[in-house]
Amino acid sequence: MPAPTCASCGSARAALRRPRSGQALCGSCFCAAFEAEVLHTVLAGRLLPPGAVVAVGASGGKDSTVLAHVLRALAPRLDISLHLVAVDEGISGYRDAALAAVRRQAALWELPLTVVSYADLFGGWTMDAVARSTAGSGRSRSCCTFCGVLRRRALEEGARLVGATHIVTGHNADDMAETVLMNFLRGDAGRLARAGGLGSAGEGGALPRCRPLHLASQKEVVLYAHFRRLHYFSEECVYAPEAFRGHARDLLKLLEAARPSAVLDLVHSAERLALAPAAKPPRPGACSRCGALASRELCQACALLDGLNRGRPLLAIGKGRRGLREEPPACAPPAAAPTPAPAPPPPTTCAQQNDLRSRSVTCAYQTSIGM
Amino acid sequence: MCQASEDYAEPVREDPPPVPRPGREQKCVKCAEGLPVVVIRAGDAFCRDCFKAFYVHKFRAMLGKNRLIFPGEKVLLAWSGGLSSSSMVWQVLEGLSQDSAKRLRFVPGIIYVDEGAACGQSPEDRAKTLAEVKLVLQSTGLPWHVVTLEEVFGLSPSVLRCAAQEPAGTEEAYKAAVDSFLQKQHVLEAEGSSSVAQGSEQLCSPPSQDPPGMAGSPTATQTEALSRLFNSVKTLTAKEELLQTLRTHLILHVARTHGYCKVMTGESCTRLAIKLMTNLALGRGAFLAWDTGFSDERHGDVVLVRPMRDHTLKEVAFYNRLFAVPSVFTPAIDTKAPEKASIHRLMEAFILKLQTQFPSTVSTVYRTSEKLVKAPREGCADGPRCLLCMCVLDIDAVDSATAFGAQTSSHLSQMLPVEAGLPTPSCCGAGEGQAQRCCRAVCGKEDMQAFVQEQLCYGCRVNMKDLSSLDPLPPYILAEAQLRTQRYWYLLFQEYLIQDSDEEEETGQS
Repeated sequence: MPAPTCASCGSARAALRRPRSGQALCGSCFCAAFEAEVLHTVLAGRLLPPGAVVAVGASGGKDSTVLAHVLRALAPRLDISLHLVAVDEGISGYRDAALAAVRRQAALWELPLTVVSYADLFGGWTMDAVARSTAGSGRSRSCCTFCGVLRRRALEEGARLVGATHIVTGHNADDMAETVLMNFLRGDAGRLARAGGLGSAGEGGALPRCRPLHLASQKEVVLYAHFRRLHYFSEECVYAPEAFRGHARDLLKLLEAARPSAVLDLVHSAERLALAPAAKPPRPGACSRCGALASRELCQACALLDGLNRGRPLLAIGKGRRGLREEPPACAPPAAAPTPAPAPPPPTTCAQQNDLRSRSVTCAYQTSIGM
Repeated sequence: MCQASEDYAEPVREDPPPVPRPGREQKCVKCAEGLPVVVIRAGDAFCRDCFKAFYVHKFRAMLGKNRLIFPGEKVLLAWSGGLSSSSMVWQVLEGLSQDSAKRLRFVPGIIYVDEGAACGQSPEDRAKTLAEVKLVLQSTGLPWHVVTLEEVFGLSPSVLRCAAQEPAGTEEAYKAAVDSFLQKQHVLEAEGSSSVAQGSEQLCSPPSQDPPGMAGSPTATQTEALSRLFNSVKTLTAKEELLQTLRTHLILHVARTHGYCKVMTGESCTRLAIKLMTNLALGRGAFLAWDTGFSDERHGDVVLVRPMRDHTLKEVAFYNRLFAVPSVFTPAIDTKAPEKASIHRLMEAFILKLQTQFPSTVSTVYRTSEKLVKAPREGCADGPRCLLCMCVLDIDAVDSATAFGAQTSSHLSQMLPVEAGLPTPSCCGAGEGQAQRCCRAVCGKEDMQAFVQEQLCYGCRVNMKDLSSLDPLPPYILAEAQLRTQRYWYLLFQEYLIQDSDEEEETGQS
């Protein structure tokens, strides 16, 4: 059976079918349609006003790579300037390779790149150190909580360093769908009330953030990267198998098989949730220690670091928050913490482990930055 | 599990302690005397009597806390034959037979919907099930109704109209109603006729059946029409949703015909948690509070109530077993379906599996559902309602940067020839889009589909896509869709009629 012709230009041979509509398109028409849809999202949602200096959270993974590429293509039309901001969490064997990919991209696209690292920003606490600390307490799953909170703080710092007015992250529709499922399963009414929609407007001095790709399905992001021949880092983070998000992710894959529009349906549900006012977080103020946006006396990043410094890493997670009112210790983090120097474990073992854990390319995991 | 503790208004929950195995020396945690027979939650072992008291208390507390059911009201109990609804019926029966201080004060009836045709049962199986069902219904002594799903083909479009809402009973109104009821009771007792006689009078009333012609076995054409309808639906997910919708409409109709103003359904905590997650995945996030809350007033005059929503399925199962509650097993539309066949099955399997790993999953989802409010979108409180589920529409303008916009714009780009690289020309909001289509086309089949689509909420639209055509649908749905479109056009034209014709109309009428 001969391949159908592209439904859009009518001349070239169709190379793919769009997952959502089943429309047959050739490679370049698909990429053009994808870019047009992102442009539409940005314009209709008024996400990036003209003249904005945009900090792109770049992790080297597929979402941020595609995001940077699309925004670069659309930059003259939108009248924005781009900076890449990469965050080094200090996960050996994983983040170093990802950063190499980001550096290559920055050089290729001639975009300025800034790298901020946990070790510098948070007094020597790399993710490996955090994981060691939480592993001792028996709740190793919570190291992903730390990473998420600290990364958002690091991104904010990096954006300020380059003088950005907006932060963009590469979250796609699948990420949003997983988030809403996860928040319901964990009973996180506060996050449910805050999430959904296009991004936060940036209250109280925090930079406005948005997710231009949040209506694009993960499959299309991968296809775009394929047709534009973009190189990205597709390994799974070494700590990912323990995250609760894995359950939501598995569920989403099954739901999508039963009903292809499940992802968009979940995003629609998330946009329309109506939560009681009591469940919504109180108006945010400023953290008493670092001045950043916080809903309580201490922002979550300071609270988590506090816990780590006191040797009680779960202090700010769960019911341990009550202990925060005590005075912070005068001493620096324990000597075991800073270990950036030692060489990462032998590449073969790492890769093998990652191969065993990683799924197929279309659902390759990468720690997505941002929201 | 990473249990979130971001409850700004509530204290934090801790993980439950590991379950101690009840040894022979262990006593009931409540009365510390009896031997425990069942373990509820983690580590709470109850003896038989305490368990019964706990169970009954939950039921009565749920009804009493919400104060929705006024004394003397007629309440229809929707009984499916399954565990939870049987338990609910049993609780109501027990509640009616207690001494006057604690007695339940409403007037119940039972309805059973025979869905055998939709589930593909043979007529012999259906007759057998019906015989068992009638036995149980007669033993309850309440007025009962048995309706078959085929009767949806005889419904009128008025079922889909939201009747005028009665003013919600306030606290004072409730107290006043209870007081006046009690006064009437005292007066009757003083006159000599005891409340027992009054109660038996109710029980002796002949079990009211629908007039002959409705309760009789459905005609073969109707059964065939129903099977054709369900066979034309491509996915099991859409079938289940359609079945639920039709069943709700039928129960509504029976309730309205016989003057019931409340309907009680027996959904348990576990089922509601699964339903909540399923509805999220179906795109019904806007209506979660109505779908899973205690009361559902979207139909106006008839209110759906869920008194079993605090009981977990485990408690229900144990109660039914310990106290021999009669129930009838009927195969449902998804019995023996593979796990991945529908979103409902998937979600059920997922939640139950997660529950074994993290025992607080169901209660966490339940607690979160209690934080949802019935808030219509800003400024749209009186907007148009969905044709099928009767909730206020949650659709945006076609062009917006939302999930709905993303879906429809991809369809538009299929229909119209798009120049590569340019965004699709903005098509105006839902109302105007309707106008464009109306102006362009004659009332053909494709436009009927478009008309009906316009009147559905997001979730119902996605379900409708799985229907190959609208023909097999019961006629009342299409009739109501047409009526609404006509009404819309009438209102639109009214604006543009000039004065003269108005006067002519008036003189013509007078």
